[in-house]
Parts: sequence; C-alpha cells; structure tokens
Amino acid sequence: MSIATRTVRTGERVIVNALFACAVLSVAVTVGIVAVLLVDAVEFFRESSLVEFLTGTVWAPGQGGGEGGQYGVLPLINGTLMIGLGAIVVGLPLGVLTAIYLSEYANPRVRGVLKPTLEILAGIPTVIVGYFALQFITPSLLRPIFGDDRVFVFNAAAGSIAVGLMILPIIASISEDAMRSVPASLREAAYGLGSTKRQVSLRVVVPAALSGIAASVILAFSRAVGETMAVTIAAGNSPKMTFDYFTSIQTLTASIAQTVSGEAAAGTVRYNALFALGLTLFVITLAMNLISARIVRRFRQVYS
Amino acid sequence: MTQGQTQVRLRGGEDHEAPLEAVFRLEDVHVHYGRFLALRGVSLEIGRNEITAFIGPSGCGKSTLIRCLNRMNDLIPGARVEGRIDYHGQDLYGDGVDPVEVRRRIGMVFQKPNPFPKSIYENVAFGPRVTGMRPESMDDLVERSLRDAALWDEVKDKLRQNALSLSGGQQQRLCIARAVAVAPDVILMDEPCSALDPVSTGRIEDLMEQLKRDYTIVIVTHNMQQAARISDRTAFFTAEAAEGTGDRTGLLIEYDRTDSIFTQPADKRTEDYVTGRFG
Amino acid sequence: MTASSSVEVLAPSRLRRGATRSGLKILTDAAFSVLLFVGTIVGVIALATLIWTIVDDGWARLMADPVAFMTSYVSRLPARAGIKAALVGSAYLMALTALFCFPVGVGAAIYLEEFAPRNRVTNFVEANIANLAGVPSVVYGLLGLGIFARFLRMGPSLLAGALTLAVMSLPVIIVAARESIRAVPDGIRLGAFALGATRWQTVRRQVLPAAMPGTLTGTILALSRAIGETAPLLVIGLPIVIFSLPNDLRDPVSALPLLIFDWTSRPQAAFAEAAAAASIVLLALLLAMNAVAIFLRNRYTIRW
Repeated sequence: MSIATRTVRTGERVIVNALFACAVLSVAVTVGIVAVLLVDAVEFFRESSLVEFLTGTVWAPGQGGGEGGQYGVLPLINGTLMIGLGAIVVGLPLGVLTAIYLSEYANPRVRGVLKPTLEILAGIPTVIVGYFALQFITPSLLRPIFGDDRVFVFNAAAGSIAVGLMILPIIASISEDAMRSVPASLREAAYGLGSTKRQVSLRVVVPAALSGIAASVILAFSRAVGETMAVTIAAGNSPKMTFDYFTSIQTLTASIAQTVSGEAAAGTVRYNALFALGLTLFVITLAMNLISARIVRRFRQVYS
Repeated sequence: MTQGQTQVRLRGGEDHEAPLEAVFRLEDVHVHYGRFLALRGVSLEIGRNEITAFIGPSGCGKSTLIRCLNRMNDLIPGARVEGRIDYHGQDLYGDGVDPVEVRRRIGMVFQKPNPFPKSIYENVAFGPRVTGMRPESMDDLVERSLRDAALWDEVKDKLRQNALSLSGGQQQRLCIARAVAVAPDVILMDEPCSALDPVSTGRIEDLMEQLKRDYTIVIVTHNMQQAARISDRTAFFTAEAAEGTGDRTGLLIEYDRTDSIFTQPADKRTEDYVTGRFG
Repeated sequence: MTASSSVEVLAPSRLRRGATRSGLKILTDAAFSVLLFVGTIVGVIALATLIWTIVDDGWARLMADPVAFMTSYVSRLPARAGIKAALVGSAYLMALTALFCFPVGVGAAIYLEEFAPRNRVTNFVEANIANLAGVPSVVYGLLGLGIFARFLRMGPSLLAGALTLAVMSLPVIIVAARESIRAVPDGIRLGAFALGATRWQTVRRQVLPAAMPGTLTGTILALSRAIGETAPLLVIGLPIVIFSLPNDLRDPVSALPLLIFDWTSRPQAAFAEAAAAASIVLLALLLAMNAVAIFLRNRYTIRW
C-alpha cells in the first residue's frame, strides 16, 4: 500500500464512506454465501440425517420432492476425489515441466508465445472443454487405446484429463513465478561449480521453489474440486463408490448440476440437498485455499 | 553550550545578523519516526525572499526538516514533530491547521522530477484547478508560470504534448512552473538538481536567483558548491550516533550567512565539511 | 579432498563440451531437455487439438447458414436450432454484469489502496476478498438461487443472473484495479499533495486516470471469464428453451454457454454439431474481448 494518510476534508467524507461501503460489500457477499448454504443445509439435515449424509455410501434422491431417497455423500466425495487426483496426475507433471522450461530454458521469444498460449488454455470456457472431453478424449483417445468395452461413454478418466488441462496453467504459472523468484545467486553458485542446467534446475531451483509449487498444486486441486461443467458432461451422473476410472461417476458439483436441471421445488428434500452439497463443497475449497495461501505467504517471506 | 542546542556563535563583537523578516521560526524542533529520533533540537529562522540552504552529509535529517515545513511528514505513518514551527507567527502544527491549506502556500519540488502523465498545460493547470483559484485566463496563468520557470520558450508550441516526453531538466523546470502556478509564498526544494546533468543544474540555479525575488526558497543540497553559489544563508547539519543503538540522529551545528559559513565557519565540524576534509 | 590427492590441471583441450562429463550425464541432460520440451508441448498440442475439434465439428454447421444460426431460436430439430436467444441473452448479461461490478469493484480497490488505514478491519476485508476469489462458481450459483432468485424474488431473470455473475467477478476486478492503482508511482501523489490537493482530488484527477487502462483491461478479462460461465446460471435456473428476447430486467434470459451445455448433453450427433458451432461463436466472442483488452493495455498503459 502506498502513502497512508487520513487527510479527508468534510465534503469528501461522503465519497470516502461510499468507497468504504464498496469494500465492505465483499464481506456481505461472504455472509450471504454462508447464510444461504447454512440455512437450507440445516433444513436438509433436519429432514435427512447428518450421520447418513456423512457416512452413507448411496446417493439416490427419491423421486419428485426427494423424500424417501438415500442421501449418503460418500459416492460423490469419491467421484470428486477421483477427478481431483486424476486432474493432478495430468496437470502436475505437465505444469511443473512447463514451468521449469519457461523459467530455466526458454528464451524470451519462446516465452512470449508460450505464456499467452497458457492463458488461452486457462480461458477456454469449461463447457467447451467438456465437449472436447466427450467428443474427442473418450472416443478418439481413451477408447482406441483401452478398448470400447472397457471405457464407458461417460468416464472419470476423460473428466480427469479435461480438468487436468484446465488446471495446468495454474500450476505452470504459479510454479514458474516461484522458480523465477529463486535468487540468481543460488543458480550462479551452482553453475560456478560446474553444474549443468539440468542439475541446477532439479537440484537447486525446484527444491527452492517447492513451497510455491506445493501451493499451486493445492490451489489447482481446489479448482478441480470446484469444477462443474466439464465433469458433468464427460464423467457422467452415476454416483458410485469405485476406483475404476473408465466407468461413469458423479462428483459433488455434477450432482448439483443434475438436481437443478430437474424440477426441484423449493423446500423439498431434494432442493435442500443442493445446499448441503454446496456447503460441503464450500468447506473443502475454503480449507484448501487457506492452506495454499498460508504456504504462499511463507515462501514469499523466505525470499523477501 | 549544552549538546543538542544550536550553536550560534558570535564573532568577536559582531552580532549574528538576524534575517530581515522571518517567514519560519523554528524552536527546538525534534522529529521522530516511530521510536527513531531522526532530528533533534533545531532552532533557526528562514528569511523572506532569501535562499536558505540546508547542507551536510547524508542521513542527518535535512530532508526530514524540510518536509516538516509543509507538513509532508504527516504522510509518513509514525512521524511525530515536537517543538514549535511558526509560519508568519502562526503555529504550523496547531489545532485546526489544515495541512492542505499549508501546502497551498508552501510548495515543494522533489529530487526526482515527478510531472503528471498529462500534457504540459494540464500539469501547470492542475494546481490552480484543485485549489479553487479561478483565474480570468488559465492560458495566461499557464504561460506566466512557464515563463517564471524559464521553460516557456521551449514548450510554447507543444503545450498539449505529454510532459513525460520532456528531458529531465525540462521536467524539473515544469515541476517548478507547476509549483509557482498556485502562487505560493515559499518554495521548498529537496535536492532538486541531484538527478540532473550539470547544464540543467546551472539553468535551475540561475532560475532560483530570479525566483527569490518573489518567493522564499529553502533548498536541501548535497552540493556544497551549489549552496555557496546561490544561497543567502546556510545551515549545516550533521548526525550523531545515539548511545547503544547506533541510530544516527541529525542535529544543526551552525547557521549563518553563507559567506560566513564558507569562509569563516565558527565550528570545527563545519570547517571540516566545507573544506572537504570529510563528508 | 585429502591432502595427498593432486589437483588435476585441466588442459585446454579438456574444456570442450563433454570433456569432464560422462556419457551418461550428457545423455541424461539431453533426455531431460527433451522431457521438458515434450511436457510443455503437450499442453500446446492439447489446446490446438481442442480448438481443432471444435472448429472441425462445428464449422460446416455454422457456415451452412450463419445468419439463420444466429437469428433463430432453439428448436427440437437440430437443423433448425439457432442461438438467437442465447446470444442476445449473453450480451445483455455481460452488459448488466459490467454495470454492477465495475463501479463497486473499482470503488473497493480505491478505498483499500488509498484510504484504508492499516488495521485489523482492513486486513479482514482483504483476506475476505482473497477467499472469495477461490469460491467455486457453482457455489455462487447457489448464492444467486437462494438469495437473488428466491429470497429477493427475482426469479430466474436477467437481473438475478447479472447480479450473480457480478458478485462472482467482483474479487477479480478488485485485484486487477488494486494492482493498477499500486503501479502508479508515489511521486505523482506526492507532487499533487505538495500543490495542496486533497487525497480525493489526487485520486480522482491523477491516480485513477493513470490506473484506468490496467483496470479496464482487467475488467474486460474478468467479464470474458464470466461470459463463459455456465454453472451459476444453470443453478439459478435460467432457461434454455425460450422464444423471446428480454424486455425487462425481470424477464427470463438464456445464455450461450447454457445452450452449448444442453446441446452437448443430447445424444443426437446433429446437436453435437450445433453445440460445436455455438462454441465457435462463443470462442470468437471471447477472442474479440481479449483482443480489445490487450489492445487497450498496449496502447494506453503509461510507461513511466
């Protein structure tokens, strides 16, 4: 922040108060989110048991208003984690490799092309990535390699690859920032001892940037957990407890999308379940974001 | 004399000549930044239509002091001024004194020229606009200010051009034009030439000679020769390490007419500095 | 090193590349470089494949009769279906979203950068904004559903949709605006203060204009993200099938990504083509917006 001063004349008080209101509005938004999620989620837990929610392995909302259905969230958590982990398996190596390349090897011209490319990748709307997963990844990539009978039309692997592509830019750019922040003196010391670029990258830069890389992974995982459209389109709507990546699953987010696509009248169990899912999602992503932010703060301190 | 007080020496039987009319009168001024004492025990007077120079090695509080004179130190969190600074007899830090009003009368030119990223015309017109001056003709006011800053001839055909396209020396003269446009009483200059080449420096020094006819000027400078050339009075500062911490606190050693300071300094420290033996 | 070993003086001939590196080491270095390149290029190829898939699938459909495609409403027959309602809806949504979130976002940024004292309240507000930036878009959708659509009785309308997207874009705009404001050198502020300008005068007349190009660029980028978002609009319940254009803020409105989602989810191949065609239109829109943003940034950013 630049100069701090409280020099405000009377006539300008009004303006400053209006500006303050704008800033405080953000707090109102958070309060709104928490309130909306809690109120209806609590309602849901009153009609359907919290214990069943947290431990049940079947998610099968009843017909119509949803009464009489089973509301165990574990299959959805299962699906969400599968996608999240799968996305990291795709995005982490590619992202870190890209980051190392950009930070240590690429010349300014290559960087000038690559960085915008990454930004474009990050900017592709998620529905379109979902389309790509359904119309290309599954039929032209997964099925030819693994066989038509093995790979379902909707499957977790396609969803993971799609989300992995979406989080690649996050991991790449934050990791690259972390690597570039490593002081030149460290590199120079290693080069001075006769190290090759590979050795400097792997033994000096990456370890030094590790906390930044870790923060980017957690952030990317959080993003993957919150991703809705690509997984809804490509990974299916079948909540189940499984480890099979070639079958269809359902994530927390896809379940929300499916519920609202149907007719869910307000006040019904089915409607309130939406907010219970939303609350779960909010808590998970909030926790990840806080952890990631803490790691970022720590790594900034080390080099400032 | 006890430590920390201004050493105003009397030469033989001569009285140290008081300024004709004091614009500023400082009494025992101390400046703290948080717990750090940056400057202590400064007492002096600044004379009207004179150029007063603050000289001394770096880190002895000259900039701190000059920033007290237009309350720019208010902008630094934790800055605290003790003692009394009178401006035309009025306590500059008294209750109810509005720093904005203070700065309208006491202008400042900075070490690094900082023109606004706007046209040359807009730079000069900004001050009059925000201070509510309503000149009959803004064009005339801009021209007059640019002439007073010895810049008019060079820019009169390109008033609408961006100020950032000017050279360093021109930018600094633009900042001076900008400062005089609001018709101040005093112009403070914090090392105005240290970022400029010698030719530009010379032009600005000539300019200051002219400006002092209408304004009171206080200048902080690292360049002793500059102080010797242009100023009427000179104040010499140095810094002493505080016990234990090693923090250096600035203090005023000597304040007199410039020719006295440079030819017959009363204090040995002054003599060492102006003869180049240290600093 | 033991005292008895002698230091081998390297003859000049031994300075050539590979002189002291073992064959294995050279191989590893080269292999690593290849790995990096491959890792980086995969992302690029994936992007290229994605765009190619969309264009290949949808070009024929789009070019068969582009005017009809963009001026027809949806239909059960894929050959007759058009994006009129969705396209216009997205345009209205974007305009209204900008109207809501730009002033509030910039106002908040100005307050936080120029007027806010450094205290716990300010830190809390800043932390809060950082958290909001990481909330999944589907949760914003739940906020919109619970508060705008239901509690404030706006229903699935243009107003509810725009407010939801605005709230979602707010953190991004605040961050972009703050960075632009921070980039204005302090010398400008000092110069203005020294002339007797008040804080607000300085901000309004010098700081804000100088920060505007960067702020606008950031805003346009944020809006281009919002325009591609499906989940929030899906959750609020904006319609996909609609045969009129909105006349009023309370009218229901469709959106392009919603339509793409719907068509993608249908089994008929013809609808897949239509989805791809609509995706081309959406991508073109995004490309245009980003181009404007970059043009603004390059042309009007002040080089201090």
